[in-house]
Amino acid sequence: MIITRQKDISDILESIKEGPVFIIGCSECATLCHTGGEEEVKSIEEFLSKKNIKTTGWVILEPACNLLNDKRLLRKYNEEIKKANKILVLACGNGVQTVSEIIKDIEIIPGTDTLFLGEIKHLKEFEKRCITCGECIQDKFGSICPVSRCPKSMLNGPCGGSINGKCEINENIDCVWDIIYKYLKEKNQLYKLKEIKKPKNWSKSTEMRRVI
Amino acid sequence: MNFRSNLERVLSEGKFAITAEIGPPKGADPNKIKEKAEILRGYADAYNITDNQTAVVRLSSMGGSFLLLNLKLEPIMQMTCRDRNRIALQSDVLGAASIGVRNILFITGDHQSFGNHPDAKGVFDLDSIQLIQIIRNMRDKGIFQSGDKILSGNPEIFIGAAANPFAEPYELRVDRLEKKIEAGADFIQTQSVFNLDRFNGWMDEVRSRNLDKKIHILAGITPLKSLKMTERMKFHVPGVDIPDRIYERMKKASDPKAEGYNLALELINDIKKIRGVHGLHITALFWEDVIPHLVMKSGLLNR
Repeated sequence: MIITRQKDISDILESIKEGPVFIIGCSECATLCHTGGEEEVKSIEEFLSKKNIKTTGWVILEPACNLLNDKRLLRKYNEEIKKANKILVLACGNGVQTVSEIIKDIEIIPGTDTLFLGEIKHLKEFEKRCITCGECIQDKFGSICPVSRCPKSMLNGPCGGSINGKCEINENIDCVWDIIYKYLKEKNQLYKLKEIKKPKNWSKSTEMRRVI
Repeated sequence: MNFRSNLERVLSEGKFAITAEIGPPKGADPNKIKEKAEILRGYADAYNITDNQTAVVRLSSMGGSFLLLNLKLEPIMQMTCRDRNRIALQSDVLGAASIGVRNILFITGDHQSFGNHPDAKGVFDLDSIQLIQIIRNMRDKGIFQSGDKILSGNPEIFIGAAANPFAEPYELRVDRLEKKIEAGADFIQTQSVFNLDRFNGWMDEVRSRNLDKKIHILAGITPLKSLKMTERMKFHVPGVDIPDRIYERMKKASDPKAEGYNLALELINDIKKIRGVHGLHITALFWEDVIPHLVMKSGLLNR
């Protein structure tokens, strides 16, 4: 899932400056992240109204990254959108751009920061699992990804800084190399780490388009 | 035999080598490096010039190495994977070789979040093992990472790497060393030794795999200058292992600086006796003038 975090409300306010506002949420990732579901959209609407910024309406796209679906859904809100001075999008960075492809003449404000592709560990707790590098090599590491989960993307890790199984840059994060080590040790597959892993082909991460 | 560097000659002849670290200044003043170099002249076989250590911007390791070469001292230029991709790294190795740098130590590097520009984008296109292998192939096979041929002059570099015997998981520590040897490292400088038991355990495993015959190992020594420094290293520097015994001694000492000096001397005398250790790498941050004393007092001046 694409993990987002709502921007600081004062930053959102600063970007909006003047209403009225039309708010767009997303039914998928942003809803599960509690950044752009119905609850969050209504809570922002309430906050803005306290600041005397009017909301002309809102919609939850299903999901925001689906261009044709968005066009269809947004058509129904044509009147409310026309009355707005700003469009606040509570979706991932992709959702913001899909909306801006459709609504051309009103300024679009992103209300969230897009962080990573991650796992829902618990309600409201997410962890990075993928940086969409374009070339999955997890089979070499017990299906655990050091490219996304090691801050230095080390393929021949671990570095020398792990303390009690925690990452040197943040003691609240498990060292992914410690996880890889324990997993492979249990499977009796530590030999997998002895082979030198070649430099990664980062050109795969710069692909811009795929057509089926 | 033709040796690439003085350090390679000393180590190949089976002599006990000493290397010492020179941290470049936060500024362009060459005198800062020259002052430190003159203090250390004659006490080491080669001098490490660090590469923006702990991710703090300083005079570059190539600039510092050039200054040492002008002083007729031999640099060990350090290079990290944090700030440059494979294009810049290979290019800088060619550049360094062209001005006469013959020893380079390759490390992955401290993460940028530790330094004074934590907002920077870390590069980490390669890790140290991949970089070592690339440089070995440039030197010995005359090819770049892409497979392209080097057209005019392979970089004749004595390849260094780092090892941390004190980091977890311990079981992988000698495996990592073995990978660095396979990748092409010629010499190793270890993380500073304070926990002698742990270092001995690591060396036992190194010898049992015969790795001390395949690579030159220089043990890291860092004299503790104060209780504050001891605490910072014990509790805040990742990968450093200062046992409670040493911490207590520094705490109880009436003169912590003298105690730190004595501790370093004791460690040097113990490490000298360990089979398979081929030298010392002494790092004395902001205390360079202690190095000549340590070298003389431990009987290593006329090795």
